[in-house]
Amino acid sequence: MKQTRCYKVCRLLFAAGLLAITLCGCTGDKLGNGQGTSVSVDDSTTQAEPKKGGSVVVGIQQDLDSLDPHMADAAGTSEVLFNIFEGLVKPDKDGNLIPAVASKYEISEDGMTYTFTLRDGITFHSGEPVTIDDVIYSVNRCAGKLEGQEAPLVSAYSVISQVNRLDDHTVELVLENGDTELIGYLTAAIIPKDYEKQKEAPVGTGPFRFVSYSPQHSFVMEAYDGYWQKGLPYLDKVEFRIVANTDSAMLELKGGSIDLYPYLTSDQARELSGQMEVLVGTSNLVQALFLNNAEKPFDDVRVRQALACLVNPQEIMDMVADGYGTEIGSNMFPAFGLYYLESTKDLYEPDVDRAKALLLEAGYPDGFDMTITVPSNYQFHVDTAQVIVEELKQANIRAKINLVEWGTWLSDVYRGKQYQSTVVGLDSDLAPKDLLDRYHSTARNNFVSFSDEEYDRVLEEAMASIDGAEKVEKYQRLQQILAENAASVYIQDPAKLVAIKKDLSGYEFYPVYVLDMAMIYYK
Amino acid sequence: MKQIGKKTITLIITLLLISFAAFLAFQVIPGDPSLSVLGMDATEQQIAAYQKQMGLDRPMPVRYVSWVWDFVRGDLGDSYHYGTSVGGLLGDKLPVTLALTAVSFLFILGLSIPFGILMARFADTRFGRLVNVVNQTLMSVPSFFLGVLLILVFGLMLKWFTPGEYISYRESTTGFLLYLIAPAAAIAIPKTAMVIKFLRSSVLEQRKKDYVRTAYSKGNTDNRVLFIHVLKNSCIPVITILGMIIADTMAGSIVVEQVFNLPGVGRLLVSSIGYRDYPVVQAIIVYIASAVVIVNFIVDMLYRLADPRIREE
Amino acid sequence: MRYFGKKNTALTAGILISAVLFAVMLIGVFYTPYESSKMNGAEKFMAPCARHLMGTDNFGRDIFSRVLEGLGTTFFVAVSVTLFGSLFGVLLGAITGYFGGILDEILMRMNDALVAFPSILLALVFISILGNKVYQIILALGIIFIPSFARIVRGEFIRQKELDYVKSARLMGAGHFRIMFFHILPNTLPALLSAITVGFNNAVLAEAGMSYLGIGVQPPDASLGRMLAEAQGYLFSAPWYALYPGVVIILLILGFSLINEGLGA
Repeated sequence: MKQTRCYKVCRLLFAAGLLAITLCGCTGDKLGNGQGTSVSVDDSTTQAEPKKGGSVVVGIQQDLDSLDPHMADAAGTSEVLFNIFEGLVKPDKDGNLIPAVASKYEISEDGMTYTFTLRDGITFHSGEPVTIDDVIYSVNRCAGKLEGQEAPLVSAYSVISQVNRLDDHTVELVLENGDTELIGYLTAAIIPKDYEKQKEAPVGTGPFRFVSYSPQHSFVMEAYDGYWQKGLPYLDKVEFRIVANTDSAMLELKGGSIDLYPYLTSDQARELSGQMEVLVGTSNLVQALFLNNAEKPFDDVRVRQALACLVNPQEIMDMVADGYGTEIGSNMFPAFGLYYLESTKDLYEPDVDRAKALLLEAGYPDGFDMTITVPSNYQFHVDTAQVIVEELKQANIRAKINLVEWGTWLSDVYRGKQYQSTVVGLDSDLAPKDLLDRYHSTARNNFVSFSDEEYDRVLEEAMASIDGAEKVEKYQRLQQILAENAASVYIQDPAKLVAIKKDLSGYEFYPVYVLDMAMIYYK
Repeated sequence: MKQIGKKTITLIITLLLISFAAFLAFQVIPGDPSLSVLGMDATEQQIAAYQKQMGLDRPMPVRYVSWVWDFVRGDLGDSYHYGTSVGGLLGDKLPVTLALTAVSFLFILGLSIPFGILMARFADTRFGRLVNVVNQTLMSVPSFFLGVLLILVFGLMLKWFTPGEYISYRESTTGFLLYLIAPAAAIAIPKTAMVIKFLRSSVLEQRKKDYVRTAYSKGNTDNRVLFIHVLKNSCIPVITILGMIIADTMAGSIVVEQVFNLPGVGRLLVSSIGYRDYPVVQAIIVYIASAVVIVNFIVDMLYRLADPRIREE
Repeated sequence: MRYFGKKNTALTAGILISAVLFAVMLIGVFYTPYESSKMNGAEKFMAPCARHLMGTDNFGRDIFSRVLEGLGTTFFVAVSVTLFGSLFGVLLGAITGYFGGILDEILMRMNDALVAFPSILLALVFISILGNKVYQIILALGIIFIPSFARIVRGEFIRQKELDYVKSARLMGAGHFRIMFFHILPNTLPALLSAITVGFNNAVLAEAGMSYLGIGVQPPDASLGRMLAEAQGYLFSAPWYALYPGVVIILLILGFSLINEGLGA
């Protein structure tokens, strides 16, 4: 589900005070279980001297939903706008937050006040210096405190009660209640005060400046020579080209008109491996066969467990991704480090007899008919669903696939809950809460209609806790409950396969959904 | 003149019907534009506020009338998804689709008429029959498949062009037109084969007529009969066919644009339907339909020119 | 006539091709070498060989079996669409052509509107409303195909209703219904048959185009168009995947256009 909140950050690093734990271990060399494919895994040892200059065409799969960074909602958009805009802080490749528009910041012990010092000499792409008024305006705009605004543009900002200007270089945010997690959201863009044309010609402080945008075709940007990090970016010009689908992207990669493409399928990776460098990382998604717990027959836990015994993640990975991917057993992926409970993946080993026994117990000795609704624009999920259909046949469960458009999926499945089962990937802010709070029985986005008293209680405790170790324990317990109840059939955190021209270097996997073009250079 | 007046009224009625049908369709399709704008986890209040702001809470007939009124005044409204004006969105893309359609159509015209005549001329030879089979086969290839094959052969193997390296008509008209050759060929080849077939059989049909026998008896040569007498009469059914394939060519453009990654209205249309972005879809549909209706109108006029016998029924 | 022999060849060849394909399709209904949706991870992308006559696809499914199933689906869709379109097309064309008047005017305007609408567009809209099961696809395409039939039949009716045999039938007291369907309709058959063969081909192409845009037959079911679209991504590594469905589509259409050509005699 690549349409959730923008800027996702490892804010927990700060929140729970877990010192020096790298949450987001999604570097390139973790997934070596490709089956004898000739995909080369970049270990970043080729440290050629970065050259300045040159232009690059990047293929992206989704059109941008808005050029206004506060309005943009799709993850695919934040991926692009990351290069144009910066917040008070910004994420780096290890999931740390580094100061950006602010040069330093302090958070009070009780988490009630945040103080930021503006970076000296930082300018917008227009050449105008960033003033403290721009910062206040941007924060207020996100918080929905400007005149005529009804709701916050970034919902996390609703905890901010006051934005105080201390002097020309310092601003103080006062919260309604203590919240050390807010810092992770302060990556939202700082934009010029009262600039009205953000939608057509965005202006920010990032390493690249906007040149042109043509819907469904391309987004072009060029290096901003006044960028505060001296020496960056390396490239002069970057064009993001919106490709129709992975198949036509393949033709263009083959033809050489795309230099960088981050969404290869494993088949394509195999085929391109001679021509381009292929890097392997993780997508940081929870891919699952989500079951509507309110619908028959999935209101019966035994039926859900039976499905979990029939669906074989390893087989799916072998079939659709040449074995790439990481098996998961609950609604979380390994990038969460300590919080992630790995043992859940072993709870349901493929076992047809056990599945049949469970079905018999639940009163379905002859199987049943079911429908898997899949958004048609995600070929990966469509392919996964096809494998699942075959696997379910083992216990005489007759599954049909129903492809729907993304718009229909959103309104019918996600919002309307009018479905039996669906295959998608959930992405997340890198806060465990973000993935787990949707299973609270009263959560609005609980689209699987999961309901469990213990789960609700533990979740509330976990969110209220400020003790790191306790938080970890509670969040792990939540994953265990989801797995035991087979809230859905969790499959994998899919691999992310990136094709990059051989003479380019500097691509980094981020724990968040961004494409950092500033670090990319010609060898 | 009276004809033109009547046709214009018909045209307006047709467009009204089409736009109303499109409007109605969106009432029935599931999906809500506010979801694609506000994000999947938008609250009910946010959605309600947005619908109020965009006027989506008004009853359907009111919205339709206000859309028609704005349209007449040249205001196409704002796209829900992109938040920018529909006019601006389409300004860039319509020329691409229209150019592609036009180039394809020129291809069809330029190739089918000489080849059709040649094939009719040599219809009885063994070679003519062989070419006819080839022609029949070409007619049977889906245009998107042909597009993929063209990319494969001319783009990747022979490297005559770089797939995806689209050149905007703003940068270079020649470059733009050159890039259009391959996609236009993909659309045009099956259609050309179809027109050739019609022209050929039309010529063969005419050759059986009495006036041809008369012409021969007057001592005319084969070629003279063909070019002076037969061809003129054979053109009439072909004009009808050409008029009919305009809409097909336009539809072909929409599919083939995806194969060649051309920034025409095709992809915008498909994605806008997905986003439930009615203002964009409405505008595209009305534009395309107008283009088709107007071309048909022109064909109709040509028809009358070619054959003065045709009068209003 | 000089051309007679040649045209007969076209008809014979067309019928032959179509009959062979039809027979193959019928066999496919009762027997396929493998279950068409059976996946086999160990046999992905196998080139054509003795075990898999047409090779295997990205899931290790047997392409020959899928072509057999796909041919059946495509045939079924195309035949149903043509039947649906021609049935209603004949009805509408006959009524409007025979009676004329205000009804004719209204229906012809709707007809114009439908014709001015690129068919893919229309299919997109209809599928969004009706859903994308096979029967809904048939319904959507069928509706789209009505105008082309209606137009031809209407033209024929307008021409024929002034002819002597109609007038004499009327004098002899035959009712409208009888005149329309027992006297005029048989005389429109040549034009109608040709329209049906063309319609069939267009239905095959429309199904393929829709599958290419992802709104056609649903996976894992096979249709020739869907297979062609899916194969596009593997043109380099597995060219046979695109080749066989492509060839079968072309043959299918070729057969019918040869028949059409032959009927033109």
